[in-house]
Amino acid sequence: MSKNITVEELNTDVLIIGGGTAGCYGAYILGQNGKHKVIIAEKANIKRSGCLAAGVNAINAYITEGRVPQDYVDYCKNDAKGIVREDLLLSISQGLNEVTKKLEDNGLVILKDENGKYVTRGNRNIKINGENIKPILAEMAKNAPNVEVINHINITDLLVAGNRVHGAVGFDVNKEKAYVIKSKAVLMATGGAAGLYRPNNPGFSRHKMWYPPFNTGAGYAMGINSGAEMTTLEMRFIALRCKDTIAPTGTIAQGVKAKQMNGLGEIYETKYGVVTCERVYGTTVENANGRGPCYLKTDEISSEQEEELYKAYLNMAPSQTLKWIEGGQGPKSQNVEIEGTEPYIVGGHTASGYWVDNDRATTVRGLFAAGDVAGGAPQKYVTGALVEGELAAKGILKQLAEEETETIEVNYQQILDSYNKHLNNDASNISIEQIEEAMQKIMDEYAGGIKKNYQYNEAGLVIAKKLINGLFEVFGKLKANDTDELLQIYELRDRLIVCLSVIEHLNARKETRWHSFAENMSHPNEDKDYALYVNSVKTSEGIKIVKRPLVVDDYKPLKFTFNEDNTINYAGGVVH
Amino acid sequence: MSIKINQDRCVGCKRCIEVCPGNLIKLESGKAAIKRERDCWGCTSCLKECHKQAIEFFLGADVGGKGTVLTFKEEGPIKHWIFTGNDGATKTIEINSLESNKY
Repeated sequence: MSKNITVEELNTDVLIIGGGTAGCYGAYILGQNGKHKVIIAEKANIKRSGCLAAGVNAINAYITEGRVPQDYVDYCKNDAKGIVREDLLLSISQGLNEVTKKLEDNGLVILKDENGKYVTRGNRNIKINGENIKPILAEMAKNAPNVEVINHINITDLLVAGNRVHGAVGFDVNKEKAYVIKSKAVLMATGGAAGLYRPNNPGFSRHKMWYPPFNTGAGYAMGINSGAEMTTLEMRFIALRCKDTIAPTGTIAQGVKAKQMNGLGEIYETKYGVVTCERVYGTTVENANGRGPCYLKTDEISSEQEEELYKAYLNMAPSQTLKWIEGGQGPKSQNVEIEGTEPYIVGGHTASGYWVDNDRATTVRGLFAAGDVAGGAPQKYVTGALVEGELAAKGILKQLAEEETETIEVNYQQILDSYNKHLNNDASNISIEQIEEAMQKIMDEYAGGIKKNYQYNEAGLVIAKKLINGLFEVFGKLKANDTDELLQIYELRDRLIVCLSVIEHLNARKETRWHSFAENMSHPNEDKDYALYVNSVKTSEGIKIVKRPLVVDDYKPLKFTFNEDNTINYAGGVVH
Repeated sequence: MSIKINQDRCVGCKRCIEVCPGNLIKLESGKAAIKRERDCWGCTSCLKECHKQAIEFFLGADVGGKGTVLTFKEEGPIKHWIFTGNDGATKTIEINSLESNKY
């Protein structure tokens, strides 16, 4: 007997897809400021889902005493070699300290000096105990008026008609039940994408990666499929991390001032520049030229410092402390080996993601984006994602106040048919895991993964595109025995869709502005003509590249406008 | 790197199943079990959720694991992280959650 998934329809004013950092804070702000009904649809459970599951080591985006928001904008702009949206960054920077205060009011422990002032770590950071930051945020969201949290539902598709969003469709990951959630506005807050490229530890510990392996690019994929414009997907994020555990290095580098040192004992970090991509690049080049392994030089720290590092890592990446203890040698007696990760697509660290205006509206009417899924504003980190959640929530409130939304019935049968197809497919000899490994191998070898020292060229990208497209053919035949397997199939679908857009973006930026992040060997130098945004829109003819001029310091904040039929009227200038 | 669930300690309360950010834990014969141990991220959310210290966290051999396990116990604001080696020797690191990281 064939399976036919059951369906429940829900109605709300605002649907938030993803209850991570930005989603929870967006819900909190909507609950505090409006009378609108809000549903958070979360794939796991908002208590520990998303980037903050294990905790975070510090607040890394904060305007410290003596500095102003514009300083933070300038820092991000310099780090990204000019390809940022200054309007977005300024609006984030102006809100960083207020959201930090809100977190403290709700229970986040922040270190203070004897005068009651926050203790800083570097120019933009303050010290906290961030182990429980996600449960704090989850409580804020859950307790906000008019907010309903539905855990364990995986949203797969937006309901869009004529470039206007009307809700979304997903399924329960624990039982064969689909949800059709109709809403007047949607806040996309799914996070970015890990698992596109072959990871550092491809065997048993394949998910021992820095970015959550459960962030599979669903938000990008849903947007791409709905014709939303994306920006700067070619600016991949490659993190410099502790070898094996892929735990953050900033706590060591900033906390005990450890320098980057090669296998010959030479400090190399200033040789290549110190912006984020250059730190990764330097380490990659040192290794490629036979001067590895590379380390953070920690062998001069004190026993007290070592003890504090054990605790700091338990509060955010416990596997690193376990590795030190189990190995019988802590950072005091052994320098910490470092490596670059596989590339991620993550708008909280680089500028990749949805093309949004200053209200965090996307180019699909009624669809907003915040956090790692939103582009243009790198280095937003935790507090920047919170501010974006707030700005998107306020953008949504403005829209709900201004517009009478017409209720349109959007046909969703095709989406349910797709679920049922996988649930009823016959088992084949090709598994979900095989296709995932094939995708990661293709991206690694032809689109600049670890194996190729993050380098790629135009000939390789042509092959990558062809091979990823080929995987879609097999993908349709995958069988799901239950919705847990259906979740894995959709996570794979999302990654495949994102891979195709990333390949187009890598190919479209015909220069190398960022070493490692986008190391285009067909165009190995920076080109001033590429001081622009590379954007893309998926159309019926394929992925179309749109180049847009930089929104620079004398900007007016970008505001999108729509025509009466909801098509986009203005989304920034165009470079021909 | 993954988790192992101590079947003697587990009471089948499902708290770990509810919280896992990867939906990776299921109930099997009344006890928690990990679905695919290779898919664990290592966030230790389940350890913190378990009131029976039934969940043991370990590193895979490919990232340097040799069998030591990490367990977790909470007493008021004090978090105890307990490392138990193959020889049964333990080391505990206590963290006061009301105190900030020094770094």
